[in-house]
Amino acid sequence: MTILEDRPSNPAAGDHDRPVGHGRMQRKEDPRFVRGKGHYVDDIVLPGMLHGAILRAPVAHARLVSIDTTEALAHPKVLAVITGSDLQALGLAWAPTLSMDVQAVLVTDKVRFQGQEVAFVVAEDRYAARDALELIQVEYDVLPPVVDARKAMDPGAPVIRDDLEGRTDNHIFDWEAGNKAETDAVFASADVVVTQEIVYPRVHPAPMETCGAVADFDPIDGRLTLYETTQAPHAHRTLFAMVSGIPEHKIRVVSPDIGGGFGNKVGIYPGYILAVVGSIVTGKPVKWVEDRSENLMSTSFARDYIMQGEIAATKDGKILALRTSVLADHGAFNATAQPTKYPAGFFHIFTGSYDLAAAHCTVTGVYTNKAPGGVAYACSFRVTEAVYLVERMVDILARKLEMDPAELRLKNFIKKEQFPYANKTGWEYDSGDYEPTMRLSMKMAGYDELRREQKEKRERGELMGIGISFFTETVGAGPRKDMDILGLGMADGAELRIHPTGKAVVRISVQSQGQGHETTFAQIVAEEIGIPPEDIDVVHGDTDQTPFGLGTYGSRSTPVSGAAVALVARKVREKARFIAAAMLETRPEDLEWEKGRWFVKGDPSVGKTIAEIAMGAHGTVALPEGIDGNLDAEVTYDPPNLTFPFGAYICVVDVDPGTGHVKVRRFIAVDDCGTRINPMIIEGQIHGGLTDGVGMALMEFIEFDQEGNCLGGSFMDYLIPTAMEVPDWETGFTVTPSPHHPIGAKGIGESATVGSPPAVVNAVVDALAPFGVVHMDMPCTPARVWEAMQGRTRPPV
Amino acid sequence: MQIPAPFDYVRASSVDNALALLDRHGAESRVVAGGHSLLPMMKLRLARPDWLIDINDLFELDYLLVDKDVLRIGAMTRHTTLLESDDIKRLFPIITDAERVIADPIVRNRGTIGGSLCQADPAEDLSTVCHVLEAMAVVRGPAGERMLSMADFHRGPYETAVAQNELLIEVRIPIRTGSSSAYEKVERRVGDWAVAAAGASVSLDSAGTISRVAVGLTAVGLDRNVTEVEAVLVGQAPTEELFTEAGRLASLACDPLADQRGPIDYKRHLADELTRRVVRAACRRAAASVSEITI
Repeated sequence: MTILEDRPSNPAAGDHDRPVGHGRMQRKEDPRFVRGKGHYVDDIVLPGMLHGAILRAPVAHARLVSIDTTEALAHPKVLAVITGSDLQALGLAWAPTLSMDVQAVLVTDKVRFQGQEVAFVVAEDRYAARDALELIQVEYDVLPPVVDARKAMDPGAPVIRDDLEGRTDNHIFDWEAGNKAETDAVFASADVVVTQEIVYPRVHPAPMETCGAVADFDPIDGRLTLYETTQAPHAHRTLFAMVSGIPEHKIRVVSPDIGGGFGNKVGIYPGYILAVVGSIVTGKPVKWVEDRSENLMSTSFARDYIMQGEIAATKDGKILALRTSVLADHGAFNATAQPTKYPAGFFHIFTGSYDLAAAHCTVTGVYTNKAPGGVAYACSFRVTEAVYLVERMVDILARKLEMDPAELRLKNFIKKEQFPYANKTGWEYDSGDYEPTMRLSMKMAGYDELRREQKEKRERGELMGIGISFFTETVGAGPRKDMDILGLGMADGAELRIHPTGKAVVRISVQSQGQGHETTFAQIVAEEIGIPPEDIDVVHGDTDQTPFGLGTYGSRSTPVSGAAVALVARKVREKARFIAAAMLETRPEDLEWEKGRWFVKGDPSVGKTIAEIAMGAHGTVALPEGIDGNLDAEVTYDPPNLTFPFGAYICVVDVDPGTGHVKVRRFIAVDDCGTRINPMIIEGQIHGGLTDGVGMALMEFIEFDQEGNCLGGSFMDYLIPTAMEVPDWETGFTVTPSPHHPIGAKGIGESATVGSPPAVVNAVVDALAPFGVVHMDMPCTPARVWEAMQGRTRPPV
Repeated sequence: MQIPAPFDYVRASSVDNALALLDRHGAESRVVAGGHSLLPMMKLRLARPDWLIDINDLFELDYLLVDKDVLRIGAMTRHTTLLESDDIKRLFPIITDAERVIADPIVRNRGTIGGSLCQADPAEDLSTVCHVLEAMAVVRGPAGERMLSMADFHRGPYETAVAQNELLIEVRIPIRTGSSSAYEKVERRVGDWAVAAAGASVSLDSAGTISRVAVGLTAVGLDRNVTEVEAVLVGQAPTEELFTEAGRLASLACDPLADQRGPIDYKRHLADELTRRVVRAACRRAAASVSEITI
């Protein structure tokens, strides 16, 4: 069912109107963040702590000839200098990646990207560690690099991964989804086919807090405590156990406050391992925190997909099929974090929101001499690329058919009654009702009026563009029968304890990087058992204190952990029923629930609140057989399917015809993420994602020169948007609950990042229609827009 | 955290003290004012001075005053002060135009006119502004003060006539009746270096004829005014044809390099486009001020 709610726009909750359950309330974590009292990895200071710094390769591809650390070791404050050969002796020179590849922790044989880790200095303070890097003498034998992914598979291209046995080229994988023969047949008989190469250039998550770790190895009891910037503490603990040989019960991973993740903090970086090695070697805690350039040049990037898109349709605008082949640049090591079966993530959701007769995609991954990674930046496991492809292709088709792009979309949506909908590449969309969402966005935008205004402006030579994007996301990975990372099923646990006084603690396996988990999860418990969110503490980020689970990325916290929390609260509620019955000397089936209280059917005055029941559980009440003396429970939730949030975005841009400068004038975002737990947090997530999207569409780009030098190694060169580049966001929503999620919620964290870039680019291309522009690749910088106006569009790579 | 190479630091208490410190610490000492150019360079270890001489206590250089027919701006005057000054808005709207697009408020609160001019970054806006306003730079050293035209002061990218043991202390801009000015910049994002920018200053006589014009360009490889424009425009009544011609001449005069901000032909195009815009805007503003005077 789709409900169009019409709540007041911002009834910011005061102390007296906090919801006991779902609803708009200010975040419980904000008081510490707005007062500057957050506690991040770099705030951790341990007695005797030392500091590490990493020497990085200045070139993209080179054989390592020699390293001389004598002078660095002579620095009065330096305690250790670790090189690749030291690690080799310990069997730690290479570490497994999340994609079953290996990555060098420190270079032993060959540098494979600029910024790669070459040596690690441990010193008394951070300044000395940094200064000592300049005292290490390294000799390189520079090799020709592979920079252009298009040339990675050329015969004679330098082989980057000669460390892998039998490797003679730069090929990583071929992967496909859908039915090729069926799709080809539809294409062969279609009235209209349009094709377009679409490049999604390499961008970087650039979280406010860079990556870092404090490792504290206790040589007496062999216990490692590792404070890390990680989105997935439990997965990291298991991996560290596998890599280091330290048994898992002796490892504690703590992820304190995290200053933004966006996928950047999913993987295990060499720096984390080096901090551990540094601590083992020196017997003291070692802190390593990278600087901004290190973060931009060496940690997980996102995108870098070169896509050949094809769309087939009838003359009157019925979309029949989609076909694409993708060349994926994975950098020097395949370190992308994707569920094992899906090397291209969930890219096969590229069929989008449309009811197609056939679809087929292939993805080829290649190595290049660039930083490794690939799952970053709110990418939803490559849904970002998929949505961009289909939403650009639909716009290009609309132009070809001379149809309004809104009308073309409306004509081809999967219909409400078709859900659950099996698409042509193997997904089952859980729920959707697309047309009302699209219509609401058009109403909010004043779509027809905008088109009229555009027509008038065009007659005066002014360039105004209107861009639409309608996306369907697939988030909440995922069912353990299909999805794992390195053999770990993608489930999450939750534990709930109600203390004797009726206050509660809920422990979760996912880790917030700004998503507001401490509020959202408290609200989920509050809704289920009726105690106020402020009475519920949410514990996360410490493997010693929380149940196992795979962590926060791919918008999976609410779909997976949110479900676990709702179910654990229901389990407690059911247990409370038995205890209440014992206290009231009645039968459990004679009790009825109202929020916060079990009472006797037909006699509402006789009942027990959750607080009374908790006291009873821990008190002297004679408990029924099989009910132990507490009000606690735990669950592990294995999602039956992913959730499929969707949304309709409309962007209005003005382009300066003399300079090519793009101004985003308006942006209307209507999102449907099912049940809305805290609308204020949802809106915050959407505002952030939309800003991301404008950044990628207009300015963000990690560029490399022909030698493989990274040209985006600082915020002077890698541009991220500010408040000046974005409009006042106009948000709206519809509610189509997920039928399989316990509270009907879907993920929202990445919707806006996924959905907004095509809306902006579609708007820019629409503005440039008078110049015959059908497509231009991101980033739409003034120069690139001007070139498009001259008929010289060019791919960014 | 980006960590600079080791350096020593001292705070100057007066102009004379700063000059003495520069003398004492020699070639590897650098003056720091707002610090928004020097400190990032140091953090990236692209600049490695042995000594930083902090002149932020030199409040005597933070002033803005109209002195008869000259506007005098102390070298330590912050961008924000320039941006918010009503005198400047009235007399030299080009400065207000430029200040509005210099970096962001955080940088403008710290950065100074003296720092900007002495850094002489090719994408720096106030150098162009001072060129077209025919400003004079007052430089003090052990031997006393000297006054330099912008042409003499500004020697090229990152290079000025200020010697190692000298300080820029004041900028003087002549006030002319019937004059106005304008500046426009294209940048990829607020706070990025300019892709290109142009500034113009125009004086009109009582008949509305252009009696004086100066056009300057930023970030396109021209460290002087586009003098070619003067000969064509002076003595003419402002028209669209003249603006077009000015743009064409500016585009020919510049010598941009291709980089991540754009190819050469785009930058030449911007020199043309922006020159037309600023000359047009300066003429309109000057005409408005002339008519005010007449009325």
